Amino acid sequence: MRSRRGAVALIAAATLALAGCGNGDDADGGTTDPAPDAGETTEPAETTEFPEGSTMAALAEAGTITIGTKFDQPLFGLVGPDGVPEGFDVEIGRIIAEKLGIDDDGIEWVETVSANRETFIENGTVDIVIATYTINDARKELISFAGPYYEAGQSILTLASNEDIQGPDDLAGTRVCTVSGSTPEQNLVANFPDAEVVPFGTYSECLEPLKNGQVDAVSTDNVILAGFAADDAELEVRGEPFTEEPYGIGLAMDDDEFRDWINDVLEEIYEDGTWTAAWESTAGTVLPTPEPPAVDRY
Amino acid sequence: MDVIADNLPAYLQGFSLTLRLTLYAGGLALAIGLVLAAMRVSPLRPMRGFAATYVELLRNTPLTLVFFFIILVAPRFGVLLPLDFIGFAVVALTLYTAAFVCEAIRSGINSVGIGQAEAARAIGLTFGQTLNQVILPQAFRTVIPPLINVFIALAKNTSVAAGFGVVDLMGTGRRLATANPGGVTWVLVGVALGYLVITITLGAIAAQVERKVAFTR
Repeated sequence: MRSRRGAVALIAAATLALAGCGNGDDADGGTTDPAPDAGETTEPAETTEFPEGSTMAALAEAGTITIGTKFDQPLFGLVGPDGVPEGFDVEIGRIIAEKLGIDDDGIEWVETVSANRETFIENGTVDIVIATYTINDARKELISFAGPYYEAGQSILTLASNEDIQGPDDLAGTRVCTVSGSTPEQNLVANFPDAEVVPFGTYSECLEPLKNGQVDAVSTDNVILAGFAADDAELEVRGEPFTEEPYGIGLAMDDDEFRDWINDVLEEIYEDGTWTAAWESTAGTVLPTPEPPAVDRY
Repeated sequence: MDVIADNLPAYLQGFSLTLRLTLYAGGLALAIGLVLAAMRVSPLRPMRGFAATYVELLRNTPLTLVFFFIILVAPRFGVLLPLDFIGFAVVALTLYTAAFVCEAIRSGINSVGIGQAEAARAIGLTFGQTLNQVILPQAFRTVIPPLINVFIALAKNTSVAAGFGVVDLMGTGRRLATANPGGVTWVLVGVALGYLVITITLGAIAAQVERKVAFTR
C-alpha cells in the first residue's frame, strides 16, 4: 500500500515536472501561440510580413523547416541518446526557426557531415545547414552563406605531458590526426607538408591513438578541441589558432532574400543578447564568450 | 573530367596503397584461411571447434567493427601491436577475409567425393597427406570462382581503412572532394575507376586460371 502511494506520488510529481517544462518552453518560444498576452513577442505579426513567394513565407506557411547539422560535434551539434541534437549550432537553428514562427516540433534535424553539405543544400534535402560550416570561396560557388555567426580557428591538441609541440611550427615530422575529407585536413596537407596527416572517421576516434602515442597531435577547429580538453585532464590545446574559420549558415545559391533575412536575424540577436545567451548555454560552458563576428554581406 | 587528370599523381598514390593493402591482406588471408579450412575438416574436435568459432565470429562481424576493435578497443586492454596504421589495416582485413577464404576452401573440399578421402586413408596416407596430395588439388578447381569473389570483396573492403588513418584510394577521394566541392561527382568516378582496375583484373585472372585447370568431365 505504502509503495503504491509512493508510486502515485512519483507519477504525479513527474507529470507536474513535465507540465512545468512544457509551459516553460511555450514561454520561451511564444511563437506559434498567438495568445493575446504574448504581446511582447512580435513574431505573429512578422510572419505575415514576409514578402510573397519568398523562402521565409514558404517555410512559415508550411510550419516546418529542415536543418542540417553535425551530430557528432561536442558543444556545437551533438546527438544524445534521445536523438535530439544539442549545441550552439542547434540553438542558432532554433532561433532562426522561431523567427519564422516555427516551434521545436516543426524543426526536422538532419545529420550533415563535411562531405555532403553542399549536395544536401543543392538538392533540397535541407533548407539550411548550420554545421560548423566554414565559409570559403570554393563553397560560395555552389551555395550561399549567411553569417558568419562565429569565428573559429584551427588549433592543435596534444597530451598534457607532451611539451614538444607548442604551436603549428612544431608539427614538422609529427603525426597529426584529423577527419578524413575535412577542411582542417586540407589545411594541414597544404600548409604543413612535413607533417604526416592521419585521417580518421570522426574527431573522437583520434583521441585513442593520441593517448596510445600512435599520433602526436590532433588538429581541427579550436572549439572542437576545447570540448575534448575540457572533458579530459590528459589533453591540452596548444598555441593560438592559426587559421580563420568563419562559420556560416549555408542555404540555396542566390536566394538573396532569404540570406539577407537571416543576416538581419543574426544582427538582431547580436544586439538583444540572444546570441550571447545561446553561446553561454552551450559552448560557453567550457569556452570564454567572444564578441559576435560582423555579418559579411558579400 | 579535368579533376581526375589534374590530380592523377594523388590518385596513383592512393591506388598503389589500395593495391598493396589488397595484395598483402589477400596473401595473408589465403594462408590463414587455408589453415583454418584444414582445421575445420580435421579429425580433432578442439581444432574443428576453434576454427568454426573463429569463422562465425569474424564472418558475422561488420568489418568496421573489426577495425574499431583492433585500433581503438584493444589498446585499452594493453594490446597494442607495434605497427603503423597501414599495418593495422592489413591485420584487420586479413583476420576478416580469412574467415571467408576458409569457407570458400571448405566448400571446395566438400565437393570432392568422400570416396577419395576414404581411398587415400585406406592406402595408408596420413590426414595431412590426404589433404595435400589428394583432396586439395581436386578442390582447387571448384574453389577458384568463390575465392575470387572473396578477393574482389576484399579489394573493395580496403576502403574501410580510409576511416582509420590510411590515405588509400578512398581517402584520396575524400581529400579531393573537399578540395573540389564542384567536382565531387568526377572525383568519385575517378575513385570508382581505380577500384574497377583492380577488381576487373582479378576477374580476368580468375578466368585464366579456371581455363588452365579445367578438365573435361
